Amino acid sequence: MPTYKLEVNGKSITVDASEDSPVLWVLRDQLDLVGTKFGCGIAQCGACTIHLDGNAVRSCSLTMASVQGKAITTIEGLSEDGSHPVQEAWKAVDVPQCGYCQAGQIMTASAFLSKNPSPTGEEIKDAMHGNICRCASYTRIYKAVEMAAEKMV
Amino acid sequence: MASGGLLIGFSLFQACKPKVVKSALDLSKLDYKDFNAFIKIAKNGAVTIFSPNPEIGQGVKTSMPMIIAEELEVAWDMVHVEQGLLDTKNYTRQIAGGSQSIRFGWDALRNTGAMAKQMLIGAAAARWGVDASECTVNEGVITNAKGDTLGYGDLVDEAAAMEAPENIILKEPKDYKIIGTDKVNVDIDKIITGKPLFGLDYKVEGMVYASVLRPPAFGQMLESFDDTEARAVPGVIDVIKIGEKARQLLAQEEQNWTANLGSSDKVVVIANNTWNAIKGKKAIKATWSNSAPLESTADQDKALLALLDGKEFNTLRKDGDVKKAFAQADSVLERTYESPFLPHNCMEPMNFFANVTEDKIHLAGPVQTPADAASTVAALLGRDVADVHLEMTRMGGGFGRRLYGDFAFEAAEISDAIKKPVKMVSTREDDMTTGVYRPAIKYRIKASVKNGEITGYQLKEAAINGNMYGLIPNFFPAGAIENYQVDVASFKSDVSTGAWRAPYTNFLAFAEQSFFDELAEMMEADKVQLRLDLLEKVIGTTDERIEYSPERLQGVLKEVVAKSGWGNQPDNVYQGIVAYYCHNSHVAEVANVQIENGMPVVKKVTCVVDCGIVVNPLGAQNQAQGGVIDGVGHAMYGSFGFDEGVPTANNYDKYRLLRMKEAPEVEVHFISNELSPTGLGEPTLPPAGGAVANALKAATGKRIYKQPFMENPGFWKVTDKPIVG
Repeated sequence: MPTYKLEVNGKSITVDASEDSPVLWVLRDQLDLVGTKFGCGIAQCGACTIHLDGNAVRSCSLTMASVQGKAITTIEGLSEDGSHPVQEAWKAVDVPQCGYCQAGQIMTASAFLSKNPSPTGEEIKDAMHGNICRCASYTRIYKAVEMAAEKMV
Repeated sequence: MASGGLLIGFSLFQACKPKVVKSALDLSKLDYKDFNAFIKIAKNGAVTIFSPNPEIGQGVKTSMPMIIAEELEVAWDMVHVEQGLLDTKNYTRQIAGGSQSIRFGWDALRNTGAMAKQMLIGAAAARWGVDASECTVNEGVITNAKGDTLGYGDLVDEAAAMEAPENIILKEPKDYKIIGTDKVNVDIDKIITGKPLFGLDYKVEGMVYASVLRPPAFGQMLESFDDTEARAVPGVIDVIKIGEKARQLLAQEEQNWTANLGSSDKVVVIANNTWNAIKGKKAIKATWSNSAPLESTADQDKALLALLDGKEFNTLRKDGDVKKAFAQADSVLERTYESPFLPHNCMEPMNFFANVTEDKIHLAGPVQTPADAASTVAALLGRDVADVHLEMTRMGGGFGRRLYGDFAFEAAEISDAIKKPVKMVSTREDDMTTGVYRPAIKYRIKASVKNGEITGYQLKEAAINGNMYGLIPNFFPAGAIENYQVDVASFKSDVSTGAWRAPYTNFLAFAEQSFFDELAEMMEADKVQLRLDLLEKVIGTTDERIEYSPERLQGVLKEVVAKSGWGNQPDNVYQGIVAYYCHNSHVAEVANVQIENGMPVVKKVTCVVDCGIVVNPLGAQNQAQGGVIDGVGHAMYGSFGFDEGVPTANNYDKYRLLRMKEAPEVEVHFISNELSPTGLGEPTLPPAGGAVANALKAATGKRIYKQPFMENPGFWKVTDKPIVG
């Protein structure tokens, strides 16, 4: 089984995993970083979204072979204490219902805002369209992204 | 001031910094006094409230403790909430279902808080040697007539030793300080930082992972399998077969909800992590057999229509003589409405943890019916239910799917076989293709009009595997129309079906309220006035079977007219209106549709809810908005069926769920009153489909009789495929 070296939430990690193993399951089962969620396994729902070198990617469809030597940020590493403006906005708006998809929503929103800190309403909707919320907290997700953008400016 | 705990508690209260108290606590080190199953108070005054019911996203883990805290008379900031364990001795109805947690919990939770408060006051009064009636309490601090104060933490030992009071005095709603105020989800910090919280996050030392291969088609049984390749997958520990215990249990019991256990054997791959278990499962080569022809949805549809055309019905309610009314009518309207099966698609796929040992059965995970899961697992394994220890995790959605504990039974059977702690994890494909689906249903509604009055109304239901529950025939328009009849028939299918958020009404509301819209047009009557007049006839009814309040239904209807600007819109905005009662709450909705680029688009839904006292307005808004959008989404897009027993979709690339850009704006208003609260998990969903269908009719001139709306020809371009991530 190959050994992979990568950076996860600012720490250097060495982990043994099969080449085809999705990053999602290594994070969850081997590194105990369970904030990244399993939703569909085919990059359609966004529950497993993480940052790879700063870009939002679907960890369920990203093999370990493709992340060798790269830097990953998960929801656990987005901030020390939940103080990232997107996390704070999620709390202020009280976005979650069941809460399961929200880590992925937050990771998508934070990567998006880091590249586009002053988005239009349409741009927010485009950016968040790939993340499913089965409880349909969409109106609050939208509001929280808008609020975070205001804070980040 | 003998103990350090007491001193700390006292000084913290003096400092009046309840927020500091909360964040500085290490709960595992606190010395608690247990008042009853719901409340623990530490000597420093910190209060832990155990939320008894399962949390599926409906918000009860926040709102149920709020009710206790209100009567306990503590500040919300002093309260730490924990999920209660399954405890059938101390709690009743630990179920997330039917939107009933708050309704049934209302009295018990208030009494619990008030009882503890009265015991604490009693302890203070005894210590001071004064009468309890001269003591007042505010935010966990009791004050006597002289102005002496004692905190709850100072009194826990004495109060816990007191006899429970017989005469419990509850607060007046006008004095509420917590109920009716916005409280953020108690798990918010864990959710936004990704802490372990859900069943899928559950892990213990030495735990292995299981992936289960179930029959690919409904109606199939496992014939044989070859696990050679699966065993060669690195990380695969074992491959086993389960199913015998489930079959024995099914043979013992009458047809009930445990029927979703399934009678086929299943192949289970055990591995050192989830991915290797999934890989191992994919490498299993299995052969399946069926004793009867496998079902396809085209055949199921024909069977249901044949039932509607036939004469074999069970009559659930009969007033007057509908046949006579139809025969003597000036005009008659008859319409048929059709809905597909629907998967629940909880974002957290089905999973469960089990560790079966000789002395204990430890279960943990997401289940809406923990007591049933525990007793069924005990029966399945031939054990005493007292051996079962069940931890409820937060659930990544329920929507009715987790009322059925098949995943917990499987986990228990696997752990029993391999003698290890195990977590059974379904993939999305497993979850969507081995579900307990909303049954496909067809309604035929017929009404007669004579001299401008509705004289007869007959509702016929043909449904897969069962029929509407017994209260529904007493919903509107029961009592409003002299000749009224509800007839039902069902088709027994191999497909497992069950409750799906707002069972039956999730589709019936669309059918019924579309029908009334069309009936009003046929009668050239005002759509709102027609409904108000019908409801007027029910006011003062002596028929105790009538479930709804005509006054409250009129109330929400009038309010939605005012709030939505009904009948007072620009030319390019088309509206549809609905009023509906279910799950003990009354809801009216107006949908606004506009035509954009030649296609109708649902822009906004205005929703008015009468659910009595709103415990947590912040959570209630979220719940109501989510229910509306869920209702719109599934009415528009939800498409699912079977081809030779095999589900037609197995993941989100083939099954369309509503996404951000399709979500309408939702404006929710609550009727303000002091009536006992009723549920919110379901009631805003059913009306949404009808409101949208009626608005689509206004916008396009065309009526929709079939869900999903997207599959009705002529409304949308065929190229409008799902937009996916």
